[in-house]
Amino acid sequence: MTAQLSSGTAACPGCLAAPAEPAQPIPEDVQIALSLPGIHCSACIATVERELNAHPGVEDARVNLTLKRAMIKAAPETRAVDLIPVLEKAGFEAHELDPGALSATQTDKAGRDLLMRLAVAGFASMNVMLLSVSVWSGATDATRDMFHWISAAIALPAIAFSAQPFFANAWSALRVRRLNMDVPIVLAILLALITSLWETALSGEHAYFDAALTLTFFLLAGRYLDYRTRAAARSAAEELTALEVPRAIRLVDGVEQEIAVAELKVGDLILVRPGGRMPVDGEIMSGQSELDRSLLTGETVPVFAETGQLVSAGEVNLTGPLTLRATAVGEDTSLHRMADLVAIAESGRSRYTSLADKAAKLYAPGVHILSALSFLGWYIYSGDIRTALNIAAAVLIITCPCALGLAVPAVTTAASGRLFRKGMLIKHSTALERLSEADTVVFDKTGTLTSGAPELVNLGDHTRAKVEVALALAEASAHPLSVALAKAAREAGIKPANVRGVVEVPGYGTEGEYRGQRVRLGRAAWIGAEQGNETSAWLAIGDHAPLAFRFSDALRPGAAEAVDALRASGKHVVLMSGDSQGAVRALSEKLGITDWIAEALPQDKALRIQELSDQGHHVLMVGDGLNDTAALAAAHVSISPASALDAARVASDIVLLGNDLSPIADACDTAVKATKRIRENFRIATVYNVIAVPLAVIGLATPLIAALAMSTSSITVSLNALRLR
Amino acid sequence: MEVLAYLIPISLLLGGVGLVAFVYTVRSNQYEDPEGDARRILNDEWDDKPKP
Repeated sequence: MTAQLSSGTAACPGCLAAPAEPAQPIPEDVQIALSLPGIHCSACIATVERELNAHPGVEDARVNLTLKRAMIKAAPETRAVDLIPVLEKAGFEAHELDPGALSATQTDKAGRDLLMRLAVAGFASMNVMLLSVSVWSGATDATRDMFHWISAAIALPAIAFSAQPFFANAWSALRVRRLNMDVPIVLAILLALITSLWETALSGEHAYFDAALTLTFFLLAGRYLDYRTRAAARSAAEELTALEVPRAIRLVDGVEQEIAVAELKVGDLILVRPGGRMPVDGEIMSGQSELDRSLLTGETVPVFAETGQLVSAGEVNLTGPLTLRATAVGEDTSLHRMADLVAIAESGRSRYTSLADKAAKLYAPGVHILSALSFLGWYIYSGDIRTALNIAAAVLIITCPCALGLAVPAVTTAASGRLFRKGMLIKHSTALERLSEADTVVFDKTGTLTSGAPELVNLGDHTRAKVEVALALAEASAHPLSVALAKAAREAGIKPANVRGVVEVPGYGTEGEYRGQRVRLGRAAWIGAEQGNETSAWLAIGDHAPLAFRFSDALRPGAAEAVDALRASGKHVVLMSGDSQGAVRALSEKLGITDWIAEALPQDKALRIQELSDQGHHVLMVGDGLNDTAALAAAHVSISPASALDAARVASDIVLLGNDLSPIADACDTAVKATKRIRENFRIATVYNVIAVPLAVIGLATPLIAALAMSTSSITVSLNALRLR
Repeated sequence: MEVLAYLIPISLLLGGVGLVAFVYTVRSNQYEDPEGDARRILNDEWDDKPKP
């Protein structure tokens, strides 16, 4: 970090002197970024800023509500882990973000670039429109010519600057001999400029400078909306990546070094503390512990781990520190190899054509043919190339897809904004259209429908005295089952018994001495009990028969509501899990899901989804684990919670930011409405064209009519999109 | 019609001022947090004086 700091001076983020360089933190202070998924109002902003600013060491804290993020400038010794509890006490969920992974969004160059072009087009079109209105209201002769010349002087440089994105897109399409929406746009703009210049030079009556500029302005507005929606999603997706600060502890001659995961090499000795995630594939060299493999396989029961055993990247170490020798790092880990499955499954999805593309495919050739025909027709009829060219330009301008360019982005922006406020992030541009078609919903169990945190279910089965002993033992360990047991017992008002000499035996459990007897709480095999199907911890007091504390995976908030709402809207709900039969059956009965599959391998999940698609269903897959990744990619549309592994989030179209699952049903609803609006917008745009095009073809269109048609259709389309809110 | 000699430069100038003002707002990050800025005016903490 220090090396990085000394290289960059304190460049302010807005400085354009060094635009390529990401904002550097000021050398003496540290920059901390926190993600605050729960904030939503002015009171939240005020509370968060007050709490943070009151914390010693914090110099300045500023909340960005749009990004749901707080940027904190603080004294060097301040750390995010100290700030998070402060916010949690005030009632806000907070997570640390890796400022390095965020820097790309801070200087959003492309967005600013588009905004500048939009501004130039906007102001130029206002000025030119002012002059055009004077012409339309009766300026003649020399005055009209002067107005036209001034318009040209404004329009030519303005368009040269602001229409560049269209020129670039059209050129790249033409180079590979294809047509896209930008080809007719560029043709219309250029033709309008050429004919208008020609007319102006011959002191003609009609010039389309204002039309060319307004066209650019409206289309840029559509582009910008589209870009901003996607940039918001991208920055939030980046934020999720930044949530996982990728650090590992390497042991060199017994000395611990904290380094970035990317710097690990095969053969390195790596220390993984309890609660840490395996950064690499490796072999355990020393230590005993338990591993939580639920993100990889969907199993909820922790697996025992000891020296000599192989571990995979992504598994979570639960109880004791483990020393690994890395056998595969980075791209070679099993975690990354799973990504290959995704690439295969994903190729199926790219076949989807968005509504906008479908419209463009019909539209672009149609417009060119129509304009060419009117040029030919008028040339043959009048024999005057100037009239013919004028009419061809008018046809192109009138048909130009202002409204079409706004029809989709305006709706997706409104819908994405609405869903973002509910905690959903639309990552893919066609995700909403695909979501609206979903008729089958496939859920993963562990980590998706359930929160992945165990919950004690049979506290009432045991006598108070025994629970007191169990509580005393449980509180000595950070194992998730112990934590859950302690929480449940404390909530029931139970005080720990006086157990002496409590020690944790990593990988097995905790033991101590109670009234002269040895007491143990831990794994079945260690206690001398039979491990059943369910997740359980066992308590042994002296030589008495062991007692089971059984746990079930707690349901994620909103899971039941989401499943009910989806079923109520006529969708078929399926549960697919890699977990054992018993656990999956129990959950599906609890939620009333009749169609469930247990012990499914990753390939099984993807295959089953493929089968459903082949039967003509549109599958929405909701999953979080590595074992779901292929299924997520194979499905028609997919959602993953923010707690999912990076690979799963990358493979899915929509990410759920909060903890709650209930927005899923809502999202389906919004998607259906949004698609309906998009279709409506296309129809509105078509109606305007149907009215205005004949006028243009028979040569009655004036610049005034073109301006009116263009503006009204664009405005109607935007207003229609706003109705979605 | 001599009035045009004043009016046209004035209108161009005003348009230019608007554009420059907009460019300034973009450069000084005033569009970073539209949601938050809209809500901040409801915050009564720094209502009567600027933040120190």
